[in-house]
Amino acid sequence: METLGLALRLLTALDEELLGIVGLSLYVSLTATLIAAIVGVPLGAILAMRQFWGRQILIVITTTFMALPPVVVGLVVYLSLSRAGPLGSLGLLFTPGAMIIAQTILILPIVTALSREAILPLHRDYRDLLWSVGAGQWLSLRTLIWDARFAVATAILAGFGRAVAEVGAVLIVGGNINGLTRVMTTTIALETSKGNLELALALGIVLILIAFAINVLIHMTGRWGRRYQVSN
Amino acid sequence: MVTFVDLRIARDGIDRLGPVSLSLDPGRRTLILGHNGAGKSLLLRAAHGLLEPDTGSVAWAGQTPSASRASRGFVFQSTPVMRRSVAQNIDFPLVARGVPARERRSRVGAIMELAQLADWADNPAATLSGGEKQRLALARALVTNPSTILLDEPAASLDPAATQLLEQLILRAHADGTGIIMSTHDLGQAARLAQDVVLLDQGKVALQAGASAFFAENAPDPAMDYRAGRLRSNP
Repeated sequence: METLGLALRLLTALDEELLGIVGLSLYVSLTATLIAAIVGVPLGAILAMRQFWGRQILIVITTTFMALPPVVVGLVVYLSLSRAGPLGSLGLLFTPGAMIIAQTILILPIVTALSREAILPLHRDYRDLLWSVGAGQWLSLRTLIWDARFAVATAILAGFGRAVAEVGAVLIVGGNINGLTRVMTTTIALETSKGNLELALALGIVLILIAFAINVLIHMTGRWGRRYQVSN
Repeated sequence: MVTFVDLRIARDGIDRLGPVSLSLDPGRRTLILGHNGAGKSLLLRAAHGLLEPDTGSVAWAGQTPSASRASRGFVFQSTPVMRRSVAQNIDFPLVARGVPARERRSRVGAIMELAQLADWADNPAATLSGGEKQRLALARALVTNPSTILLDEPAASLDPAATQLLEQLILRAHADGTGIIMSTHDLGQAARLAQDVVLLDQGKVALQAGASAFFAENAPDPAMDYRAGRLRSNP
């Protein structure tokens, strides 16, 4: 109980170190989510809409990679960004940039696959109509994404939830450097092992609140979406 | 004219339509009659270019269905309403054609009044009743001022009042210069709407006639057989 009291005191006092860690976590995960959304949502829509060579392979890859182990992603990104690796010259290892890359790779398959799942039934409903009114590929893509926006938002939120809660990849490529690459999950792991439980617990509370907020948002987008989704 | 030449469509190795050779005046009100499975929907979808025939061709004044589709509207049997408001649904074909916003607003407003949908303009289209959805589909097909609209059994699931309102809109559209090619299995509806009738049976044209000849006391045998329920639907 004493630890919990200290943790709550850290939270209510808006402890500077704690805020810095939370801020970096949100910066890394939100940036990774933004990149994954910009790439993954259109890619998911194209996988739902178009028939092309290699489509089935891409679908299998995105679905399989939804369950990528974060430590494996971390290892691959580490090897790529290390001095001897193909991208070593970028000097990104042990920076927030490396953590963003790792989290983007981790959640891109989730956002892509869930976006495809959201858009596929809509495309079946809309296909003839879009053709009939002469909608081009670009308008069709935008229309499907927009009309599936609530389900797509859920896909993006699921990606963010995965990014902000993962620890293995960012620990390997970020190095958990104090004041530079230390995020909520890696701090919790470190501080717990050191026996500094109040900071770990405070960050745990923040993570749970974020997870709760994400679930509320997913629930609300689902409710808003259903208003427009009575079957045809 | 819209011309069908030796049109044939097969499914799973079985001919579902054709061979059909036919010429229609796309400015008139032509009703495609036939039992379930007679090939009405296939004929309409091939006419609009929504499916490619296995053999044969369709031409609209010499153009392919695909190249000429901008001059037509299509009303589907099961209306796909978009996950948007009623007004945005009707607006969509105009967006696809790049019509300026001000003109779009005016045309959508006018067609919503005509289709008695103005009161629900900002409501999600999915909340409309079946009859209202079909009026929305008709309004969406008409908003681009097409020369012809194709309607695939648009009243198949509507009650009599909703059917009557839809038929009034169809007649009004024709009076305003839009040709009608519509499929139905409802003889009463054909009698109310048709100037010309094409009767399909087992995927082939059993009869093409003017409505007065089709509904005459001494009509040709296929018409008499259909009216008497002696033509069988496909299983």
